[in-house]
Amino acid sequence: MPGKLKAKIVAGRHLPVMDRASDLTDAFVEVKFGNTTFKTDVFPKSLNPQWNSEWFKFEVDDEDLQDEPLQITVLDHDTYSANDAIGKVYIDIDPLLSCEAATVISGWLPIYDTIHGIRGEINVLVKVDLFNDLNRFRQSSCGVKFFCTTSIPRCYRVALVHGFVEELVVNEDPEYQWIDRIRTPRASNEARQRLISLMSGELQRKIGLKVLEMGGNAVVGYLQCFDLEGESGLVVRAIGTACTLDKLSPGTAPNTTTHTNTHTLPNTAPTSNACNSPSKDSKEPVFSEDPPHSLSGPPTPLRTLPSSSPPPFSPSKPCSRQSSSSDTDLSLTPRIGMGSGGSVGKEAGPLKTLLRQHTQSALEQREFPIFTLTCFPPGFLVHVGGVVSTRSVKLLDRIHNPDEPETRDAWWEEIRQEIKSHAKALGCHAVVGYSESTSICEEVCILSASGTAAMLNPRFMREGCLDTGGSDHRLSRQPHPGMVGSERGEGEVSSTWLGFEDASPPSCGFVHIPYDEFNMPFPAQLTYCYHCRRQKVPDVLFTTIDLPAEAEVTGKGCLIQARLCRTKKKAQGEVNATSISNLLPFMEYELHTQLMNKLKLRSMNALFGLRIQISVGENMLLGLASATGVYLSALPAPGGIQIAGKTPSDLSYDQHISTMQKRIDDTIAKNKELYNIHPPECIEEVVGSPIPDRQRSSRLFRSTSESSDELSELDLSHGKKDAFVLEIDDTDAVEDIQSLLTDAPIPAGFYSCNTEVMPGIHNWTSGLQMFTSVRVYRLSNANLTNQGLNKIFTDLCENLLKSLYFKLRSMIPCCLCHLNFTVAVPEEELIQVAVTAVAMSFDKETQQAADKALTRGSGENEEQLQFSMEMCGESTISNNQPTAKPSGVPESAMVHSSRDRCSTWLELLRLKAHTIRRGSVKTISSSERCSPLPEGRSRSLRSTRSLPCGAPVTVVKMTPLSFLPGTRIVKYLGIINMFFIRETTSLREEGGVSGFLHSFIAEVFAMVRAHVAALGGNALVSYSMKECVFMENPNKNQAQCLINVSGDAVIFIRESDQEAIPPLLTSRQTSSTGADGTT
Amino acid sequence: MSMELDVFVGNTTIMDMEVYQLWLDGLTVSDAVKVRMDEGALLECEANPEVLTSDTMDQFRTFQMCERLLHSPTKLGSQLLYQIPAQNQIILIERYYEFDSVFAREVLGKKLSKGTKKDLDDTSCKTGITLKSCRRQFDNFKRVFKVVEELKGPLVENIQRHFLLSDTLARDYAAIVFFANSRFETGKRKLQYLSFQDFAFCAGQLISYWTIGAMGAPTVPDSMMEDMDVDLEKEFLNELKDLKVLVNDKDMMDQHKILVCAALRGKIKVYKLMEVNFKNLSRALINLASKLTHTKDVRDLFIDLVEKFIEPCRYDRWTVAEITLFLTHYTNAAHCLGTFRHQMIWDRYMGVIKSCILQMYHE
Repeated sequence: MPGKLKAKIVAGRHLPVMDRASDLTDAFVEVKFGNTTFKTDVFPKSLNPQWNSEWFKFEVDDEDLQDEPLQITVLDHDTYSANDAIGKVYIDIDPLLSCEAATVISGWLPIYDTIHGIRGEINVLVKVDLFNDLNRFRQSSCGVKFFCTTSIPRCYRVALVHGFVEELVVNEDPEYQWIDRIRTPRASNEARQRLISLMSGELQRKIGLKVLEMGGNAVVGYLQCFDLEGESGLVVRAIGTACTLDKLSPGTAPNTTTHTNTHTLPNTAPTSNACNSPSKDSKEPVFSEDPPHSLSGPPTPLRTLPSSSPPPFSPSKPCSRQSSSSDTDLSLTPRIGMGSGGSVGKEAGPLKTLLRQHTQSALEQREFPIFTLTCFPPGFLVHVGGVVSTRSVKLLDRIHNPDEPETRDAWWEEIRQEIKSHAKALGCHAVVGYSESTSICEEVCILSASGTAAMLNPRFMREGCLDTGGSDHRLSRQPHPGMVGSERGEGEVSSTWLGFEDASPPSCGFVHIPYDEFNMPFPAQLTYCYHCRRQKVPDVLFTTIDLPAEAEVTGKGCLIQARLCRTKKKAQGEVNATSISNLLPFMEYELHTQLMNKLKLRSMNALFGLRIQISVGENMLLGLASATGVYLSALPAPGGIQIAGKTPSDLSYDQHISTMQKRIDDTIAKNKELYNIHPPECIEEVVGSPIPDRQRSSRLFRSTSESSDELSELDLSHGKKDAFVLEIDDTDAVEDIQSLLTDAPIPAGFYSCNTEVMPGIHNWTSGLQMFTSVRVYRLSNANLTNQGLNKIFTDLCENLLKSLYFKLRSMIPCCLCHLNFTVAVPEEELIQVAVTAVAMSFDKETQQAADKALTRGSGENEEQLQFSMEMCGESTISNNQPTAKPSGVPESAMVHSSRDRCSTWLELLRLKAHTIRRGSVKTISSSERCSPLPEGRSRSLRSTRSLPCGAPVTVVKMTPLSFLPGTRIVKYLGIINMFFIRETTSLREEGGVSGFLHSFIAEVFAMVRAHVAALGGNALVSYSMKECVFMENPNKNQAQCLINVSGDAVIFIRESDQEAIPPLLTSRQTSSTGADGTT
Repeated sequence: MSMELDVFVGNTTIMDMEVYQLWLDGLTVSDAVKVRMDEGALLECEANPEVLTSDTMDQFRTFQMCERLLHSPTKLGSQLLYQIPAQNQIILIERYYEFDSVFAREVLGKKLSKGTKKDLDDTSCKTGITLKSCRRQFDNFKRVFKVVEELKGPLVENIQRHFLLSDTLARDYAAIVFFANSRFETGKRKLQYLSFQDFAFCAGQLISYWTIGAMGAPTVPDSMMEDMDVDLEKEFLNELKDLKVLVNDKDMMDQHKILVCAALRGKIKVYKLMEVNFKNLSRALINLASKLTHTKDVRDLFIDLVEKFIEPCRYDRWTVAEITLFLTHYTNAAHCLGTFRHQMIWDRYMGVIKSCILQMYHE
């Protein structure tokens, strides 16, 4: 009996008229938790009843507290017939279970009915008394904090990052139960809402248990998803990163929260001590698998792999190997292993985890060095290898035991293993910015996972142990079976790390390649880092994470999207799965090509926040890749794009080509101006010598069927720079170039990105507008070609963006941040695109000053940079500190033979095409590399702005970002995770599909805001709309929609409100100097 | 390819006030798009007609969904469905309740009933205001009327409290409610030259000086407070009969004339005519006063003023200044009549009549 839940029903208002005769309502309330129900008195004849009830008390297990929602039903009393339900409110008790979150839920909450929408509001008070020490109970995990935020929450300090946690629960979907035929739509919807609420609670509790077992106290980057599998069930699954977080004491809060990263980070003395001492502490270099990797070059992780491990072209190889195991998927055998396994013998351990184990030990967890975080404390990220992703096609009707989670568990285990092995192939021991998704159409399901292969700094994990007394953690980690080497060896490792850190300036270290340059996992041209001149960097870097704060960027970034439509024949079962599998690699390849072209067209060299979504419909596949392109100063300048005609037959053709070439060149020049990309030209001369003089042009191919034979003949040098060559030998390619050039330019005053913040913009005002926009297009012509579809799809996305710009024009100058596109094929001939983003306005005047400072700074020496940035109020420059000492590691200046990217891609594709025969297939796109994180700078800048006086208290801000500009988050109140169903049988009367969905989304926002406000919060950060499933039947005048939203409820205060601004500034300075000392 | 569904929902509801006006004006989406294009909306943000149509549809839908709340503006502040900044709420409400004075002039004094609503097509044709907009304005009048009708207390304050309108707008609504309640005749041809603002001004005068609420409300017992602003004070109207003495008592009338003439001699050009017509004019004003006990005559107040006083003066080409002087001295002279004992009533009556006449005295 560990808890007592108390609820009090105070009043109602704006109730609907339930009695037509009197135009009034006789309302009363039922309060239900578990199987206990209480009722209030009937408050007769009023639309604004005052119940002022007693405290209803529920004595329950804390396990139930975590799983069950409090259910409040408002009814209209009817003497003669059954009481009519007005609507319901589900209240998630979870935020009340953690002492650091909310203490009471109190406020007006909308009364919701799945048929009528919001019908008035009810004022309630909910409290929880917990009796015992929570953490001792086995089945409950009260007190574990959950955060949707994919960075370390603002008012916490991370003591330890434990690693990946996941869980998955399955249930029968009430919509598909036999009883659904006889019950009302309302009852069915409510059963579904309640079930999902229960499952979410259970999921969270189970994940909490795992976290406790690992010794953590929080889950960061918690990502929960639903799979509506239809007949085979309803899956709720979640992943996250287990951490031990320390709450910052209020005293220290001001400086730490404003730029958490510089301050909370292990950048000061204790850290280096930890690293230096070759003691037991250093025994857990977390990713001991590839200890010596980094510096001396020779012993690369790839080489240390057993012979069975994937050769450099690993992305393709694991794929081929796995395809054999795909048989088992179809044949429904619970999988025991992954064929020849990920890559290393060590991984034998994790194979067991394929079988479901509720009590997975932390040790096995270690086998997934996967992090859902996208933003890291400086220094955490050592190197970034590139994007790793995996897709797998499964047949849902073949699940042996649909009600049990085993099969799905095995699917995901397999995918994670594969992700891990890809990371290994890239010379990395971890995956960051990891996410998972599904796309379901009838019985076919595509499971996708992607992340960024990275090298992490192990000291980060150790540091926490020192002061948190986390002997448990250490215990859990020490008996690592695969642990390499002895104590001494590890001591060496850590010191190497240390040395390494000294050698790499933080602003460019993360772009240095983690893999062996002689044995590259994919073709890339390496040059010496343009920043430190010592380490090798690739020419292009793709990542799924946010731009690290310390990264040095030239100019601004922009949203880059690749869009693709592929028709496919309608089919059933295995045939269908196979045809989808066959299409996937081509789609990935084309999306990649498009991204690359568009990146070059904008003169940029890196992508952050890359998210590739592939949605399956009955007769087509949609692919949408979004990312934020930037010019990383440390990477080489991208070459132009050169068009080569294959058959220079006649004059007009040549002219045509030269016109196009000119257009492309013009666009590139225009974009450089637009994004303020003016890399210092002199650089080439200064450093000329270490950069291998070689032919660095690479080629880009449009058509996948093209043979690669005659490529090498062409002279590809385009001036001094590298050029991407687009060959136009068929109409496809022409179209491709056209589409490349027809991406509408962004209107003046607007910027857009899909990351947390826009590189190059720092001085945000408090102007903020979060929005969701949904569009559904009907393709009128059923016999569309791929190209026609592509055009339609591209236009759809472009028009949507245009509409957004137009709609938000009053906010200029402004940036659309965290633009998140979701595409779906809800029905044949329908394409649905949903966008959620936040528009944030910034200050133009100071922006220009900052721009100047930045461009100047990036080209000149660091001192000047620091100076100018401080001028514009920036103080976290520590990241840009020049390296003091030259790297002790000699790097052989090696001329790398240029490889033809295209031919290898083709090779890869061919391989895939050969191996893909079965329904279950994975394709991998592993590309370039990445960097650290972006907040400190912009945030500290923001703090210097004074903000206009705040709006009324009741205003609740929502943002998909983890912060609100110009404010300081002082408290996290708990996770908001809500699922709603809305259905109508009077679609026309509600304004058609648009009217219906518009009011539903508005209702969802309203309910989220109300729950945040009831928890005492004034904002929801890291908001996301995970699911928006819309179904209609206009002939029957019916429609149904399901929406799932989540985020973190917080209390923020305006920075201008706090008195402690001067101390804030000073402390920031000290913290930055402190950081300087260590780097 | 066709757009099946297209929605945009902001956490803060985005409302373009220019589009709002088009919606209020009752334009269709396509007409509104045309207007916006003519106004150069396409030059902004590299928009195209498609974008503009989508935006207009979305905005219209938003307004339509908010309309329900605008019907009871106090709910707009407490509702949770749309997060609308306070200053926008004020604008939304104010604009929604704003009306075309041409339309209001048409409806003024008419019963706010279904019958009148049915005739709105004619009004629409006559005024050139879209039927949709006419309906909204009519419904607003009716809604305000219904709510305020039942309430005690000062009319303008009640309107402001329940509809959160600005002072000016609340006063205009008070006039509309007042006219609708008393059903003043405003439709006669002879009254056509008067604008809504003329009547609104007069209504303001009547409300301020002739109703129960006008004269030191606190002294009036609660039971009497009902409709204190909407109805004219019965007692006062009865007392107006006493003013008859000014025309019935020949001596008094002559003396009154002498006093006025003495004061005005040489000051007005129309002196001669005034001297000749004095008794007619005075009789007209006093008779008007004495008749006001009958509801029908109250209704005819304005037509009577025009027919009996304004038209004769206009015929004689009085200037406004001359009328002002005349009425001032006409009023003041009565105080000098030793036998006239109804000074209070006289001032209360003449004050309003004077300002009304002055407001109404124009082409």
